[in-house]
Amino acid sequence: MAILITDKSRVIVQGFTGKIATFHAEDMMSYGTNIVGGTTPGRGGETHLGKPVFDTVKDAVDQEGADASIIFVPGPFAADAIMEAAEAGIKFCVAITDGIPAQDMIRVKRYMKAFSKESKMVLTGPNCAGSISPGKAMLGIMPSHIYTPGRVGVIGRSGTLGYEAAVQMADHGIGISTSIGIGGDPINGSAFIDHLKLFNDDPETDAILMIGEIGGPQEAEAAQWAKDNCSKPVIAYIAGLTAPKGRRMGHAGAIVSSSGESAAEKVEILRSCNVSVAVRPSDIGTTVADALKKA
Amino acid sequence: MDIHEYQAKEILNDYGVQTLPGGLAYSPEQAVYQAKEIGGDLWVVKAQIHSGARGKAGGIKVCKTEDEVEKAAEELLGKRLVTHQTGPAGKVCNRLYIESGADIQREIYLAFVLDRGKEQVAVIASAEGGMDIEEIAETNPDSIVREQVEPAVGMQSFQARRIACKLGIEKSMLSQAVTTIMGCYRAFTELDCNMVEINPLVITGDHRIIALDAKVSFDANALFRHPQIAELRDKTQEDPREMAASDRGLNYIGLDGNIGCLINGAGLAMGTMDMIQHAGGEPANFLDIGGGANPERVAKAFNLVLADEGVDAMLVNIFAGINRCDWIAEGVVEAVKNIDMKVPLVVRLSGTNVDKGMEIIKNSGLPIIMAYSLSEAAEKAVEAANEHAKKKGAN
Repeated sequence: MAILITDKSRVIVQGFTGKIATFHAEDMMSYGTNIVGGTTPGRGGETHLGKPVFDTVKDAVDQEGADASIIFVPGPFAADAIMEAAEAGIKFCVAITDGIPAQDMIRVKRYMKAFSKESKMVLTGPNCAGSISPGKAMLGIMPSHIYTPGRVGVIGRSGTLGYEAAVQMADHGIGISTSIGIGGDPINGSAFIDHLKLFNDDPETDAILMIGEIGGPQEAEAAQWAKDNCSKPVIAYIAGLTAPKGRRMGHAGAIVSSSGESAAEKVEILRSCNVSVAVRPSDIGTTVADALKKA
Repeated sequence: MDIHEYQAKEILNDYGVQTLPGGLAYSPEQAVYQAKEIGGDLWVVKAQIHSGARGKAGGIKVCKTEDEVEKAAEELLGKRLVTHQTGPAGKVCNRLYIESGADIQREIYLAFVLDRGKEQVAVIASAEGGMDIEEIAETNPDSIVREQVEPAVGMQSFQARRIACKLGIEKSMLSQAVTTIMGCYRAFTELDCNMVEINPLVITGDHRIIALDAKVSFDANALFRHPQIAELRDKTQEDPREMAASDRGLNYIGLDGNIGCLINGAGLAMGTMDMIQHAGGEPANFLDIGGGANPERVAKAFNLVLADEGVDAMLVNIFAGINRCDWIAEGVVEAVKNIDMKVPLVVRLSGTNVDKGMEIIKNSGLPIIMAYSLSEAAEKAVEAANEHAKKKGAN
């Protein structure tokens, strides 16, 4: 079953005809993702990669029944693209774009609040590598071949650290139900806690791995929820032990600006919520394996 | 992006925040001229560096005569000031702000920040100005006043009034306080700030509310729509290595350790640095070369990492996804051939075509230490760095 994305998802690419979008659209299609078209304003009616191009997301939803989208639109225009997807009835949206102004994201999140629970879109990213349900479909820019199908759900901020985890898990013979990239920005479309809830309800997921990092309160909130509500083992790793306070470590959101945001503090909070913490990034695979054995 | 105090004050002034008369000086002569222009018999000479806590570092001098202004300016210009925010390297003061003195009755703390948890702008204030907010939170947490701003409608006057009342501002000055608070909020949102901090905001003997200091930083992702703000960047306040990196499209942060790092992806970079610390070492830098790790980028990144003389060993850790390891390996080999490597190099590759990549490095005949796992890479790098440092010490 996996979460959010399956081989049934009808996917469109926003910013379809751009160079990078084209490259990754082809890659996703060859993985088996059901891409039904894309949008590039002003080029509606054309065909790209054998699929229809639309001027608006609404057209793609109406004519192709699109229910998922992946956004490659540049930073200055990406907030608009996300809101367009939400309004048009897209159910799951992955924003790959890096460099969206924080206040644009505040506006996006406020806009999305106005939708009822049933018609609300799930947004992941921005500044993420995407999501994959191995063996089913991928909405992202990841090297798909490193992911093996299985029963562990993964939620992470970082792309490459997620790859590292996928490979370590595969070395232990552990596969993934769905891997969700929530992105490295200070304001994310969705948080660890949102996907923790989905994985907790997913019958094909047995355990959940969170890959967090310094900055923000998200990991702690998720751990607190898990302690009170989650019936499945939760494993975590927090990157950025050596990061000095007040310095931005690559990701716009990876910055320790107030108490509770450093790696050491987050690890402590996670532990107090019964989360199994991999202290070293090289221990992610073994920590997941141990947690599965105990469960 | 950070700016100087005088620039922040100029901006906030446009939004209705009151400041004292003042002027910029690049030399002691200009400092005296500015003092004359301002008039009076009390001036403050303030070092303009991108850091708070300048007072404790000797960067703020109160002067009673023009001679004192000149002397203070002579002392501060060109001086490297070290605060807890600058790191041990400190920051050089090239500009001074000469400001009129003030009759201060009260000091207040006022800041606007991005609340990541609530995904809103938050206002934080305290009647205990002058200290930094961490100190206030520790010594007098009950004095902290908070307001959240609903993004759909923006900040409302009643919220500003509530803050002012909680701070105990006199009724006769309420409207002044509201103008100040609303002005800061408008600057924050209209100019895409990350932070607006006025510490202290003071109440003077003649019942005025004045920003005595101001710290404003901007969201780099939004500079495209504020070219006039982008122009305020002062490169002399930035680490030259970090600046060189950003000009080359690389993301570099200099640190104090001795193991140079070259990694793709911010998360993996942080993870690898953690690994180094667990193995008993300290990273010399954070460096994310980005997703498209092509040979040219790798070569540029090598030069950047090795420009740091404190580096005793270098660790390359690349996860090749869309790119293949064999291609990355060729880039590494090419870079090492063209650089005079004086320190040991540890390389760990993983991902697509890893065996082919490692084969290329092995067959290159170069003295590259290979590692197959994250932990092995960190351990070997720490060991190599220790040995190199020992040899260096022996010479």
